[in-house]
Amino acid sequence: MSRTDDAPRRESAEELLFPPLPHTVGERAARALDDPQLQRFVNGATRKKDDLRVQVREAAFGADAAAIRAYAGRIKRHTLDQLDVYLERFATAASARGTVVHAAADAEEARSIVLDIAARAGATRCVKSKSMVTEEIRLNAALERAGVTTVETDLGEYILQLDHDAPSHIVTPMIHKDRTAVGRAFSRELGADYTEDPEELTAIARRELRAAFHGADLAITGGNFLVAEDGAVVICTNEGNGRMCATWPRVRIAVVGIEKLVPDKAALAVMLDLLARTSTGQPLTVYTSIVSGPRGEGEVDGPEELHVVLLDNGRSDVLRDAEMRDALRCIRCGACLNACPIYRKIGGHAYGAVYPGPIGAVLTPLLRGTASYPDLPQASSLCGACHDACPVDIDLPRLLVAHRRRHVAARRIGWRERLVHRLWAWGLRGRWRYRFGAWVMRRILRRRADAGGFVARLPGPGRGWTEVRSLPAPAATPFRARWRKLSRRRPE
Amino acid sequence: MKVALFVTCLTDQFAPRAAEATVRLLRHLGCEVELPRGQTCCGQPHYNNGYEGEARRLAKRMTRVFRGYDHVVTPSGSCAATVRHRYPELLTEGGEAFARRTWELGAFVTEVLGVDPSQLGAVWEGRVAVHGSCHYRDLPQGDTTLGLLSGVSGLEAVPLGPRGQCCGFGGTFAVKYPAISGALLSDKLAALREVDPIAVVCNDAGCSLHLAGGCHRAGMPLPFLHAAEVLAEGLGLMPRRPRRVAR
Repeated sequence: MSRTDDAPRRESAEELLFPPLPHTVGERAARALDDPQLQRFVNGATRKKDDLRVQVREAAFGADAAAIRAYAGRIKRHTLDQLDVYLERFATAASARGTVVHAAADAEEARSIVLDIAARAGATRCVKSKSMVTEEIRLNAALERAGVTTVETDLGEYILQLDHDAPSHIVTPMIHKDRTAVGRAFSRELGADYTEDPEELTAIARRELRAAFHGADLAITGGNFLVAEDGAVVICTNEGNGRMCATWPRVRIAVVGIEKLVPDKAALAVMLDLLARTSTGQPLTVYTSIVSGPRGEGEVDGPEELHVVLLDNGRSDVLRDAEMRDALRCIRCGACLNACPIYRKIGGHAYGAVYPGPIGAVLTPLLRGTASYPDLPQASSLCGACHDACPVDIDLPRLLVAHRRRHVAARRIGWRERLVHRLWAWGLRGRWRYRFGAWVMRRILRRRADAGGFVARLPGPGRGWTEVRSLPAPAATPFRARWRKLSRRRPE
Repeated sequence: MKVALFVTCLTDQFAPRAAEATVRLLRHLGCEVELPRGQTCCGQPHYNNGYEGEARRLAKRMTRVFRGYDHVVTPSGSCAATVRHRYPELLTEGGEAFARRTWELGAFVTEVLGVDPSQLGAVWEGRVAVHGSCHYRDLPQGDTTLGLLSGVSGLEAVPLGPRGQCCGFGGTFAVKYPAISGALLSDKLAALREVDPIAVVCNDAGCSLHLAGGCHRAGMPLPFLHAAEVLAEGLGLMPRRPRRVAR
């Protein structure tokens, strides 16, 4: 079924990221594969970004690329290994500069902290800069319920908000749409004349967003990094909206996952060197706002109140999980999404989670329960493009396999499949068992094969294979049978 | 130099000619090739699907079967990658050492034999599409397929795009997610139509099964070859397979 933006969508924005659990990718993946627009947009944009990333890495780092990535990985590992120390250090440094630091154990606590701050400040009009972590805690809906009008000011997020749609990529949230969708949303929701002209569209957005900034008394942002040394919150944006949020309204709240800490400015420099390059192919994002504290005496801008909400929401469980801890290294650059052949085909919404793509397939079950996403770690060919693209050296295929191992151990894989694997392995552990099993397989498959040596249809578990391709039949004589002849006569 | 051939189960059953070409090529380069009879499978599918205990036992078995050989050479990139990349964690004892002794053919030719494949003097006329298996990412030498073919005179080797994109095989993934796997396959088939080769060269029996099955379904009866087959044919070590014309 193909869908256009104006047709009724099956899921609400909320359901797209928070589907009924357990969620499996199958149905949404099938819909995405049937959606020619999504196929074109997502495939085109991700490939372009991925090519750019490779070029830029080559140009910027050349032979040092592997070394800087390993270094960045070590920085993150070091920080995670003593996260309590750095959290403490951050809180102390930030408080000393007048920032109010809050700790939220889960989404509910984070929401109530934010709502409390808004209520105490008497804030009713909120502007937001792009933040996945606020999606994770479903903040917008809570703000609206509390009577705080909330406007997303990142252009992509703004359009998604108008469209009642949800982000499908952690960096380019409306990767599944194009500018005609923007034109339609603007004419439908804002009463603007329909246009596809990028400059006109930008002008409309600018006009609307300026008005929102003007009236705002509260800004909510995420944070790309937290610097423990001086309590700074770092946000990297391209449209200037992040800086407007950081400087204009009188109250600013930054909601940040605890894994976003780096020890000091030197470490931050390494991360900034990598983030924009792997994310969008830029040397730096257009705006990098490093803010450590509310407006000081004699300063011309900045909020009167700066709050940082440190969000756990399952992260310390991942931190305690030695095998999976590396997943917390992620700096949300989106490179693994762009590189992933599966993501390119099924788009972000198929993952049914805030964080899609390879990192999402690893992180989502850890944050929201392994049983809630039974097949996310299975929906991967383990091609390794994600690990290759990762700027902080997260071995994502290994983590996906670790999830699979847990599924097997917890018997979340059907007994038939487990039995097949165990029998198969047993057969492979003996020379004669292997030969006999192979003989049986050859016989069956060759009998089913056509004159050209291809099997067109397989029953049972093999059905998935022949659904989309034939199976070449095995050779009449396997190699080991040829070996005798081959070893008898020595050529040359 | 004495080397043990690790055929791999898929190559043994589905592409024995690739193994034969590997043997002929290695002999041509002065190696004495032996085939340890007990060998079966490296355990890659079991490791990947989360059956660690099964994978570990198969890994242990591999080290036993290939005991005493300084060099274990395999025509399959993904099996070499499994041994090199995963055995050290699967087997605390001997995994690392065995990983170091195991070589994918192309890497063995350049790194151990010190042979520059471009100087072999093979002749093989025609245009081929070359599909690099994803698992070469896990090997320090990367994808050696194009390197092996670099000096073959008369050969036009065109990488099968899109760059670095998986063909959609992925072992059991191909069976569990036929629609997604098939969509990736379609991209490769479209690229194949554009290249219009007389054969496809791929050094991974799994990807070859998947791509060849896709070609057959799409009415493109292309032969699939291992780079060793091109070299062995091009050096006159084995007769050239009758050429079939695309479409």
